[in-house]
Amino acid sequence: MELFVFGCAALMVVVGAVGVIIRKHPVHAALSLVLTLFGVAVLFVIQEAHFLAAVQVIVYAGAIVVLFLFVIMLLGVDRVENLRTEPLTTQRPLAVIVSLGLIGVLVAAFATGSGVLQERGAGLNIPDLLNDSDANTKQLAQSIFSQYVVAFEVTSVLLVVAVVGTVLLARRTKNSVAENPK
Amino acid sequence: MIALSLAPTASWYLVLSAVLFGIGTFGVLVRRNPLVMFMCIELMLNAVNLSFVTLARQLNDINGQTIVFFVMVVAAAEVVVGLGIIVAIMRNRSSVTADDLAELKG
Repeated sequence: MELFVFGCAALMVVVGAVGVIIRKHPVHAALSLVLTLFGVAVLFVIQEAHFLAAVQVIVYAGAIVVLFLFVIMLLGVDRVENLRTEPLTTQRPLAVIVSLGLIGVLVAAFATGSGVLQERGAGLNIPDLLNDSDANTKQLAQSIFSQYVVAFEVTSVLLVVAVVGTVLLARRTKNSVAENPK
Repeated sequence: MIALSLAPTASWYLVLSAVLFGIGTFGVLVRRNPLVMFMCIELMLNAVNLSFVTLARQLNDINGQTIVFFVMVVAAAEVVVGLGIIVAIMRNRSSVTADDLAELKG
C-alpha cells in the first residue's frame, strides 16, 4: 500500500518538476509546480508528518504559487519563452552534467552515510487515528514552542522585515514616476 | 549500499529528493525567466524538506520536522522579497530575462 502511494506521489513530483523546467509558458510552469508541491505533501502524509503536509498545501500550493501567478499576470510577462535556441553554447550539456553529477554525489553520500539511518533519536509520536490523531501536531508544537521558541520569535521578525522591505521595494515613488512616465 | 526492498525505505525517499534537487538545479542553470528560476529554487527547497522529513521519521526525531517548518517560513519570506525585486525591476524595463539583469543599476 505504501509502495503504491509512494509510486504515485513520486510520479507526481517528478512529472511536475520536469514540467516546471520544460514548459515555455510561465503560467504552465507554475501549475506544474502545484503538482510537484502536492506530491511532496502526499509524501509528507505517508511519512506521518501530517501538520507539515497541511502547511505545505496551504503555504506553498496556496500562497506561494498564487503569488507567482499574481506577479505573472500583473506584469504581463506571460510571454512564451523560446526554449529551442540556446543563448550560450554548450550551456545545456554542461547543466546536464552538473545536475546529474549533483544527483550522483547526493546518492553516493546517502549510500555511504546509510549507517546513520540506524540511529534512533528522542522519539517521534506516530499519529494513531483512533486514540490520538493529532499527536504529530502536538509534538511539533511542543518542539517549536519550548526548545525553539527564540527561533520562532526571530522568524516573526524576519516576516515583518520581509513584508516592509517588499512594500518599500515595489512602491512607486514620485521620482520614479517622473523619470519613467508610462 | 542502498537496499531496494518492496516497501519503500528511507533510501527511496532520499533518492527521490536527490532527483528533485537535481531537476531544480538544472532549471536554475538553464532557464532565463527569473520567475521560472524562482520556481526551480522552490523545487530545490522542497527536495531538502522531503529529505528532512524522511530522516525525521527514519531517525525517530521530531527536530527534522521542526526545521522543515522554519525552512517553509524562510522560503515564504524569500519568495516575497524576490518577487518584490522582480516587480521593481520589471517596472523599469519591458522585457526581463536573467541576461538583462547583469547590472543592478536601475
